[in-house]
Amino acid sequence: MNRILNKFLLVIASLAGYCVLTPNAQAQFRVEVSGVGLTQVPVGVATFRGEDSSPQKISAIVQADLERSGLFRGVDTTGVNLDENSGPDFSSWRKRNADALLTGSVSRLADGRFDVRMHLWDVVKGQDLGAKSYAVVQADLRLAAHEIADYVYEKLTGDKGVFSTRIAYVTKRGQGFNLWVADADGESPQSALASPEPIISPAWSPNGRQLAYVSFEARKPTIYVHEIATGKRRLVANFKGSNSAPAWSPDGKTLALTLSRDGGSQLYLLDVTAAGSEPRRIAQSSAIDTEPVFTADGRFIYFVSDRGGSPQIYRVPAAGGSPERVTFSGTYNISPALSPDGRWLAYVSRISGAFKLHVMELSSGNSVAITDTIADERPSFSPNSRMLIYATQQQGKEALMTTTLDGKIKARLAGQTGDIREPDWGPFQK
Amino acid sequence: MKRTLVVLGVVALLSACGSSVKLDNVPVEDKSSSSLGSKSGAAAGGADGAGVGKGAVASVDLNKAAQDAAMQGTTRVVYFDYDSFAIRPEFQNVIVAHAKYISADKSRKVVIEGHTDERGGREYNLALGQKRAEAVRKALNTQGVSDAQLEAVSFGKEKPAMAGATEAAMEKNRRAEISYR
Repeated sequence: MNRILNKFLLVIASLAGYCVLTPNAQAQFRVEVSGVGLTQVPVGVATFRGEDSSPQKISAIVQADLERSGLFRGVDTTGVNLDENSGPDFSSWRKRNADALLTGSVSRLADGRFDVRMHLWDVVKGQDLGAKSYAVVQADLRLAAHEIADYVYEKLTGDKGVFSTRIAYVTKRGQGFNLWVADADGESPQSALASPEPIISPAWSPNGRQLAYVSFEARKPTIYVHEIATGKRRLVANFKGSNSAPAWSPDGKTLALTLSRDGGSQLYLLDVTAAGSEPRRIAQSSAIDTEPVFTADGRFIYFVSDRGGSPQIYRVPAAGGSPERVTFSGTYNISPALSPDGRWLAYVSRISGAFKLHVMELSSGNSVAITDTIADERPSFSPNSRMLIYATQQQGKEALMTTTLDGKIKARLAGQTGDIREPDWGPFQK
Repeated sequence: MKRTLVVLGVVALLSACGSSVKLDNVPVEDKSSSSLGSKSGAAAGGADGAGVGKGAVASVDLNKAAQDAAMQGTTRVVYFDYDSFAIRPEFQNVIVAHAKYISADKSRKVVIEGHTDERGGREYNLALGQKRAEAVRKALNTQGVSDAQLEAVSFGKEKPAMAGATEAAMEKNRRAEISYR
């Protein structure tokens, strides 16, 4: 009952938020748990005192964040009246089967900002896990909630949370295209670019300040680097033929990309620190080579090639050398994404005509399909390597999903009108 | 000869609201309208506000337009079989007609735009569309057209000629378009 209410409040809250931010955007994120994780920490997220008069329902946002990660489940907190100063009755929370309890409050400061306070408790050990406060403008209330969720996530799992990170994606509405930057839960989308021509392959720079992408505004694919905060755009690749598939080196100085200027789709490295630099060719072949992506240590580039007769994933040393094949089963394996911790490769494989997201453990080479959809595209890892975002189709409509790496907990970015695609998960905020 | 001028009013509408400062101090704004004003401006100037100035006069060459009209009786679209990059025999006369026309005036510039159906990944389809465009470019080369007049580019699956996932639609979408610029 409370869960349903929370979700309802979340929707209302998000609708209210959009009127202020972007009148065109109606995205809203609903957690749709489609499987059951083995070990989920039960957490009580008490309604924050003062939340009723706050434009954002902090506790609902925190709980949805935690549940979407697959590592937590919300414990019923109906009728609870606590804030960050309350000394909770641990035995009653143990009876509710909660392992942890989050309390807090939201109040308005004299200068119009909001004071958000939180307190986290380990119910099992009866321990204080710390308190924090955030003084934020109204537009940053959701960000404060995401940072609280990150705090809870890190205290209870030992890993950094990704709820305060951002994602980029593309929508198509009628004949128009938009590149959006949104919270990791899909809320608060802001348009970084509107264009009458397609936009594909957005890629966050390692510092999270720029997006590289392919734009067709010149009636051919060219690559831009776009500074998010200022809107300043730089055309970095407009060579004869097609320019596509930009991927950043970990130091942010080089883009790997696909150019057809010398015939065929081939891989190049481009120094983006100096204007007009000459691309250097890597992994030469007479076949299609595309979709390059750097390993986190920058030593290798994974890419797609049909040099063996069908598209498969290969890797080549970034300094040059001979490519080695990575995928061996199936006749269509594309769109490689590497987890920042170097352990996992996500990719899309066609199986009996269905395009399905797969995750491979690189050390063993074992690979599993983790979706039951048939038109999956373009996976991207969360910066803590625990989740993926990808594009797919549900009931014939384009959709963005997040999933845990085992595929058990999925959440859908719902409500965007028109088609939604090409997600890329940004880095940790600096 | 088509000239399109696109005004992005939506941009102004979107940027009018939400100039909030984030906790992390990285606000997202949209200032793209200045460099996206028109197709020619974007192509020539690219980023950083370079491009067509206020006093600029766009030159329209009616002579050229009239010449291009001469080719309107000939199809500009070459269709391909599924997973194929081979030009079917029935399109050979289309290639020959365009080759003759392009070769007749060395100032003519032609872009061959490759397209695919909607199945599969966007970037891989872009590479497949490129193969189709290059197949047509090579066929024009074979007929004596100079490479300097030709550019092969791909739209992948981004610009379908016909919407929908039917076989009929997909047949119409696996194509290369010969575009006079």
